[in-house]
Amino acid sequence: MQTHTAKRIEIVIEKPLEGRLTDALTKAGVTGYTVVPVRGGSGRSGPWTREGQVGRAGMVMVICLIKPERLDALLEAAFAVVERHIGIVSVSDALVLRADRF
Amino acid sequence: MSEILALAGANLGSPIILSFALGLAAALARSDLSIPEAVAKGMSIYLLFAIGFKGGASVAAHGLDATLLMAVGAGIILSFGLPLLAFAMLRIMTGFSRLDAAAVAAHYGSISIVTFVAATSVLEGKAIDAEGYMVAVAAAMEAPAILSALWLVARNGTGRAMEPGLMREILLNGSIVLLVGSFVIGMVTGEKGLAEISSFIVSPFKGVLCLFLLDMGLVAGRGLRQSKNVLGLGAVAFGILMPLAGASIGLAMGVIIGLSTGGVVLLMVLAASASYIAVPAAMRVALPEANPAIYLTLSLGVTFPFNLTLGIPLYVALATLTVGG
Repeated sequence: MQTHTAKRIEIVIEKPLEGRLTDALTKAGVTGYTVVPVRGGSGRSGPWTREGQVGRAGMVMVICLIKPERLDALLEAAFAVVERHIGIVSVSDALVLRADRF
Repeated sequence: MSEILALAGANLGSPIILSFALGLAAALARSDLSIPEAVAKGMSIYLLFAIGFKGGASVAAHGLDATLLMAVGAGIILSFGLPLLAFAMLRIMTGFSRLDAAAVAAHYGSISIVTFVAATSVLEGKAIDAEGYMVAVAAAMEAPAILSALWLVARNGTGRAMEPGLMREILLNGSIVLLVGSFVIGMVTGEKGLAEISSFIVSPFKGVLCLFLLDMGLVAGRGLRQSKNVLGLGAVAFGILMPLAGASIGLAMGVIIGLSTGGVVLLMVLAASASYIAVPAAMRVALPEANPAIYLTLSLGVTFPFNLTLGIPLYVALATLTVGG
């Protein structure tokens, strides 16, 4: 089957920042993304879990698949939001079936 | 003094406190006991709705008076002012940076609605009436402290402009909307409305509060275990002295504006408690460089258990001695 190259960007960020990040991505021309709740983890700020958390605590993962030529614009927009915050931004190569959707 | 000790003893043996202690002990012993996030959130929504509704129904039954405006005004002044006191105490008692001290100060100007709910439950158990509109005072005290903390940082030149939309998020955060909204529903529907749903919001209330506090104990215990090296002796002392200072100011203001004994207790509790839901989220957006382990551990691991176990009975005793009842 015909596949097309794309970039997959995963951004793990604190829940209170979710709206700001997705707004910035939309403004940067990203037409789609997926937000996934993250159950727990550990990093420079120590271990954490979302069990029993109330309010807007915890972390989320925002996943985007885009055409490679749009990567820089997306990263600039994302970095403006996540620069001062706890989180992880990673980029990997991916293959998609329907290139026109990204 | 013996009366205060007797009250504290009775409070420590209540199911509410013992549930909290169970959660705390389980987390410190590394048990895998946990409450799913959705259940914890569901219980917090239930408690906020119930406390708001009952407050509104109480106002409908007893009517509004000028004390309402004065109480809300006092709450706003306390919320703006307490962070300044907390900041000064932190700078003297701890080695925290200005940023960390300001972030902690914001938590101590805002309120813990769970401590408020626990205090109303203790008052009900002792048949001490409180003004229903204290729920509105609680809602009014959530946000001003955040502005004070941002001002404390900005006046040193280290702060940045407030992010667009942050104020709207603070004022319209879910707990404030639910608390005020259910308060209004309770006020509109009155005693009749309360009678219609009392089997849901009155009878199971204490049981749900016990389970919720079990979860709070688990969260507090996990926080203490993971951040045990974050707080020094000065910070722990602050976590106990600050609520006592806040409660004293709340006591004075409550007496001046003429609140009942129960109302004075609730104003003391509001002034003594520290936020761990609304303010941490706002601080992560507004002051992300501040260390969340410091403010969450202090608020949830030191001040919350102190208020719940010793603080509330102490405030009840002091208000009873001062106002009578």
